[in-house]
Amino acid sequence: MDLTFDHVGVSRGKRRVLHGIDATLRAGRVTAILGPNGAGKSTLLKAALALLPTTGVVRLGVDPVATMDPRARARAIGYLPQDAAVHWNIRARDAVALGRLPHRSAYAAPSAVDEAAIDAALAATETAHLAYRPIGELSGGERARVLLARVLAGEPRWLLADEPLASLDPAHQLDVIARLRAVAAGGRGVAIVLHDIVQAGRLADDVMVLKDGRIVAFGAVADVLTPATLEPVFEVAFGTLAGPHPICIAIERLGR
Amino acid sequence: MTRAAKLAILAALVVAAFALSLVAGKQWLPLDGDAASAIMIELRLPRALLGLALGAVLGLSGAVLQGYLRNPLADPAVVGVSSSAALGAVAAILYAGGSSLAVFAAAMLGAGGAMALLAALTWRSPSPVAFILAGTVLSSLAGALTAFLISTAANPYAIASVLDWLMGALTDRSLDDAARAIPPMAVGAGVLLLTARALDALTLGEDAARSLGVRLGRLQALVVIGTGLTIGAGVAVTGVVGFVGLVVPHLLRPVFGHRPSDLLLPSALGGAALVLVADSLCRLAPGAGEVRLGVAMALIGAPFFLGLLMTYRNRAWI
Repeated sequence: MDLTFDHVGVSRGKRRVLHGIDATLRAGRVTAILGPNGAGKSTLLKAALALLPTTGVVRLGVDPVATMDPRARARAIGYLPQDAAVHWNIRARDAVALGRLPHRSAYAAPSAVDEAAIDAALAATETAHLAYRPIGELSGGERARVLLARVLAGEPRWLLADEPLASLDPAHQLDVIARLRAVAAGGRGVAIVLHDIVQAGRLADDVMVLKDGRIVAFGAVADVLTPATLEPVFEVAFGTLAGPHPICIAIERLGR
Repeated sequence: MTRAAKLAILAALVVAAFALSLVAGKQWLPLDGDAASAIMIELRLPRALLGLALGAVLGLSGAVLQGYLRNPLADPAVVGVSSSAALGAVAAILYAGGSSLAVFAAAMLGAGGAMALLAALTWRSPSPVAFILAGTVLSSLAGALTAFLISTAANPYAIASVLDWLMGALTDRSLDDAARAIPPMAVGAGVLLLTARALDALTLGEDAARSLGVRLGRLQALVVIGTGLTIGAGVAVTGVVGFVGLVVPHLLRPVFGHRPSDLLLPSALGGAALVLVADSLCRLAPGAGEVRLGVAMALIGAPFFLGLLMTYRNRAWI
């Protein structure tokens, strides 16, 4: 079930943050969203979740997300925000269990299915050993994995993640990449905002590049991650490394 | 120890505190004595019932507001409902004869006005920040208007009765008072308990909570209606009693965990036990009179809270 942006625009105050975005993000693939600071990447994810008022329409399959029942939408689209704040010192497992909220009927205790999904998510993010620790005692990277487990536990058809690799060490970055790729391989959709262009090349099937609220490039990773595309966007000179994945590396700031 | 066992202990404490409230006073009454004694039925029972209900709703609404605002320093006073209800009550004492029915009705009117204003001020952007700002505005406005009303009082006796009432007390309440106040408190408590799931989700922040299907507008409506009914009725019948809503969830967090939904029921029980015990102690104060409950809570609460802060200051969560 694809996620389609049909002329989606977002304004914050008088400033237009997204201008008429037209794109179809495909299920079964990982789409990385790249762009400089302030390009509108996080706003694009929030628009897809109907967290912001938009012009135009975002559809999941044929259903406009803005008019879906909030719980049905929550079961369909999981969201990992950039902000990793957890406001109370709850146990890691209780944080992961929040991912099951849209599946649970009001006031029912978590079912066996819920418990199984929570355990699976903890295992998938290698956080099972942290399950009964208060979240305030975890390191930044551990907490980030627990919060990813929270989204995985909801088993959404689409997973939208804002900077899921930030604060992870290289080993866990690779684990999370493998996990997100497995989610997509299962036929679900994954869209993630990234800053690391090398990781985008390793993780993504498709890449969308945003600048100033507009799509500059959108297509298969090998077509988009090229110095010719990236240099004008980031105003940085890129070089390429040969390898199994297209690897573009920022080399130096382009003179202004 | 399981959660059920901890809850059972708290419930036993509430029962013991309720019994204490029936027997304690300048005149101690035996529980197994003539249960139909006039003092027990006419004076102690309504007082114990109101103490139970008031403590429960103060604890519960404190836990809900701390969860909703994600702030361990929040308590029912920040919403502005208690000061608005107090404004209504003061108006009734000064200008409507001050019968207990008139005071109750005026205080509920004040609480209702506060709820309507809160809803109007935050309708367009249902977020905890807007809520706390609106509550603060409301609270200071009602406080200023109350001071203005007091300054227009006809004579010092009227001022004295207003100040006496504002200090909050369960003294001399009748079964009629209890029958008026407890139904709105019970309904409000039921409404507040509906927020449990959404409060848990808010632990992850507003965007994440909304992405989990939480409707912030609905949640805010529940919080406004629930605190309006519980705190409005509480202030209407006892005056302003602070600190319970602030301290009780704090005390119980290390025992029941930090998850907001896990704290609602324990905070109601803990609040009830605390108010019942404090009110019993108020009666035992030396001298002919009693210490006012609101004053006693502040006297117990402030140093206690300071001690708590000192204990926890090195931890990330106070």
